[in-house]
Amino acid sequence: MATKGTVSGVISNMVTLVVDGPVAQNEICYIHTGGDKLMAEVIKVVGANVYVQVFESTRGLKVGAEAEFTGHMLEVTLGPGMLSKNYDGLQNDLDKMEGVFLKRGQYTFPLDKDKKWHFEPLVKAGDKVGESAWLGKVEENFQPLKIMVPFDLKGEFTVKSIVKEGDYTIFDNVAILVDEKGEEHQVNMIQKWPVKKAMTNYVEKPRPFKLLETGVRVIDTINPIVEGGTGFIPGPFGTGKTVLQHAISKQAEADIVIIAACGERANEVVEIFTEFPELVDPHTGRKLMERTIIIANTSNMPVAAREASVYTAMTIAEYYRAMGLKVLLMADSTSRWAQALREMSNRMEELPGPDAFPMDLSAIISNFYGRAGYVKLNNGESGSITFIGTVSPAGGNLKEPVTENTKKVARCFYALEQERADKKRYPAVNPIDSYSKYLEYPEFEAYIEEHINGEWISKVNEVKTRLQKGKEIAEQINILGDDGVPVDYHVVFWKSELIDFVILQQDAFDEIDAVTPMERQEEILNQVIDICHTEFEFDNFNEVMDYFKKMINICKQMNYSEYKSEKYYDFKAQLASLLEEKKIK
Amino acid sequence: MGTKAFQKIYTKINQITKATCALKATGVGYDELATVNGKLAQVVKIVGDEVTLQVFEGTEGIPTNAEVVFLGKAPTLKVSEQLAGRFFNSFGMPIDGGPEIEGKEVEIGGPSVNPVRRKQPSELIATGIAGIDLNNTLVSGQKIPFFADPDQPFNQVMANVALRAETDKIILGGMGMTNDDYLYFKNVFSNAGALDRIVSFVNTTENPPVERLLIPDMALTAAEYFAVEKNEKVLVLLTDMTSYADALAIVSNRMDQIPSKDSMPGSLYSDLAKIYEKAVQFPSGGSITIIAVTTLSGGDITHAVPDNTGYITEGQLFLRRDSDIGKVIVDPFRSLSRLKQLVSGKKTRKDHPQVMNAAVRLYADAANAKTKLENGFDLTNYDERTLAFAKDYSNQLLAIDVNLNTTEMLDVTWGLFKKYFRPEEVNIKKEFVDQYWKED
Repeated sequence: MATKGTVSGVISNMVTLVVDGPVAQNEICYIHTGGDKLMAEVIKVVGANVYVQVFESTRGLKVGAEAEFTGHMLEVTLGPGMLSKNYDGLQNDLDKMEGVFLKRGQYTFPLDKDKKWHFEPLVKAGDKVGESAWLGKVEENFQPLKIMVPFDLKGEFTVKSIVKEGDYTIFDNVAILVDEKGEEHQVNMIQKWPVKKAMTNYVEKPRPFKLLETGVRVIDTINPIVEGGTGFIPGPFGTGKTVLQHAISKQAEADIVIIAACGERANEVVEIFTEFPELVDPHTGRKLMERTIIIANTSNMPVAAREASVYTAMTIAEYYRAMGLKVLLMADSTSRWAQALREMSNRMEELPGPDAFPMDLSAIISNFYGRAGYVKLNNGESGSITFIGTVSPAGGNLKEPVTENTKKVARCFYALEQERADKKRYPAVNPIDSYSKYLEYPEFEAYIEEHINGEWISKVNEVKTRLQKGKEIAEQINILGDDGVPVDYHVVFWKSELIDFVILQQDAFDEIDAVTPMERQEEILNQVIDICHTEFEFDNFNEVMDYFKKMINICKQMNYSEYKSEKYYDFKAQLASLLEEKKIK
Repeated sequence: MGTKAFQKIYTKINQITKATCALKATGVGYDELATVNGKLAQVVKIVGDEVTLQVFEGTEGIPTNAEVVFLGKAPTLKVSEQLAGRFFNSFGMPIDGGPEIEGKEVEIGGPSVNPVRRKQPSELIATGIAGIDLNNTLVSGQKIPFFADPDQPFNQVMANVALRAETDKIILGGMGMTNDDYLYFKNVFSNAGALDRIVSFVNTTENPPVERLLIPDMALTAAEYFAVEKNEKVLVLLTDMTSYADALAIVSNRMDQIPSKDSMPGSLYSDLAKIYEKAVQFPSGGSITIIAVTTLSGGDITHAVPDNTGYITEGQLFLRRDSDIGKVIVDPFRSLSRLKQLVSGKKTRKDHPQVMNAAVRLYADAANAKTKLENGFDLTNYDERTLAFAKDYSNQLLAIDVNLNTTEMLDVTWGLFKKYFRPEEVNIKKEFVDQYWKED
């Protein structure tokens, strides 16, 4: 019989219950109040007193209200029908909710109950199948989705029967499996999985090595991220975190994009709702929304569900990875998630860690990032979850717990800088502080050599060195004055400005400049490096500045022109003749 | 707020702090209102039969045998067309001597809008101030604060914006406002003949600070009524949100919560977000736009209040006194409207985004030149031109006394480009240069 509880205390969204039976940590219960059922999660047990965090407003809740426990943890329902959906942090389908305002205690089913999916079997009766094996496939929005052996079944199974190719709903049984003990298991298209438990249905997790193209030059060229890689974007407000994240989610070469809007602005989510159905995926030509799932727990939605939202998003990502798909997961912002943990920890009167965050923050963050990755599946196929989180450091100070703990686990670091944002040098990623550890991976180097060219990484490193050098000279000029340093120094400085303006800076709102394919990035890099290697003759620093300003202007016009168009070649010719003017032959 | 028949009256208070009192009571709901010797209070904690009440006016003079009556409801506001033109206190009671409002009684601090039922904001709000319209265009359904030191004229700018913007209703939420500022708003609005479209909820510095906590929810409940039921465009002015946050800190301190940064409660972000996120564009045409004020201490934006606000709002507007021209300007570096790209170049002329960025970039170059000058270095010819440009740009566009339409603003900027620079120094797409760089 299900355990029951009675409310004995309320402090904001933390409620204490006295229970009459066994309960598990993280178990879900529903509290009844005034005709509403409020979902809550167990966060602490002391004898018969159970502390739960309620995922809704507790307004009007009284001592003595009844609660019933469900016997399971917070879980998501996985199956065909999730693509293009807008969910809240608990995977309720927001579009199915009635009314303009969110009503308390309204829970909606995340999938389509009646829709028929065209199922094609991948196995036949008598086949032996292992854990999470692919039994069949259905197509959703042109993505080949797999129907798999339920993830909670362990061991080997014999397929007793499987349905013929045809149209079925998610509830229709498509196969019967027999386990080693001879017990039969009915399989339909739905899987359930507790969000706080990582899925480990893969053979190994090798080091990731394949470049994940984003079309953003400061990422792809300077600090690339890889399929199955992890990265994070910290930055003070107003430095363009969200614009950069949206650019990545629009342009990245992924099969599925999951966006967890975690405690952020509702209008940003609306922007995705509004624009993604119109925008075209640059890689497939299909609408962006078709490959996108949004988990929206905006900042005004209940705090406890905010914590759940990132886990919900990760679990959905793991589900697609088990089908061998390339998933990109973006969470904006992980700081809000950490703050949700802090609010709860505070209400439970736990001893606080740094900045009043819970002591185990570091472990929570590293476990979460650890769920991403590139994996080899049981059947030899591969799948990946690339995870990029944003961090909103308090006061823009990167020496705060969330940034520091994330830095320990994420392999790419894209530091957004107030100074660059003030100068409108967007994306405001600081090229010197940021890094991608993947540039040091021999596996990645080999991949780049095969797919781009062998000199690429050395050129990228040269660009970085030049930017560093340019910064040092700028500081010297600031101290000594324009006249105080040799003209050669000015040339070196302006070469680094050229790199800044032509490669680093990119107009996310310009139709052409917003996304640069790898082929074009290669050409830009080669061109810039060639100019950097060219020796020029100048009489004074004013001449250097004027000359490079002209050059930068032409290169920018090129970036704004359609690749290989007439206009593009026109500017290219202008650039060539400008170079001839001052070049030492 | 008289006592009704059969209501249970409690008369034994166990604990009194400066802002809260606790007593044993049963059948009490969370967030429920109560009166303690006639003073309004709200349930903030229930542990078993011990109920903690936050007393809005403060607990001065409350005896341990005070009469406590629970009202069985959360704080409410009566909404109807009668709200227009009226002034209220934190509890929604008229303070202008007029009659009580008749209308539907709704709980304040109601539920959030389902994000999928929102519409993307797309209507420009023109203010005539170029520092806003040109560089940081406002959009209906946006939420944006002024970040300003207490001595800056933010209330005047806000009043100007409110009166120039084309909206159906203006709702003023004044928190910890000085009586003088309250009278200033009252005068400006009535002189402009706009009083009939203004609703004010005011907590002045003379009122107890904890009462302020109700002001934003009162103002936004009224705003939701006009935006949802009447499909009106509503502009909500909240000044000053730092006073609001201070009141939050007082309450959390009295409740023994562990403070986080700058002695603010750990839930500050969520508390502020709940208010600001009420800004919305409804598909039916109604909208709520929030313009707030967050006062800074010595321009420090890393303090928890402006910092958390900046992460919630869609940009911020900075006021700064420009010593070169002796006027207050809207600082182009630190100010930002995140929604400007929804309208700039779309609802305004196509060259708008590029012209805006180029001007700010040149203004940044002028700032560098100024540093050089201060360090005693020779200026290049370019440096001198940027400095001259910056002065004109400040005076003719950034100053808060400017009143132009956006096309005029763009033309003025092109004029300044042409006066001081060559096209390649301005870095704008060639098609725009061809069109607007007109030689005399």
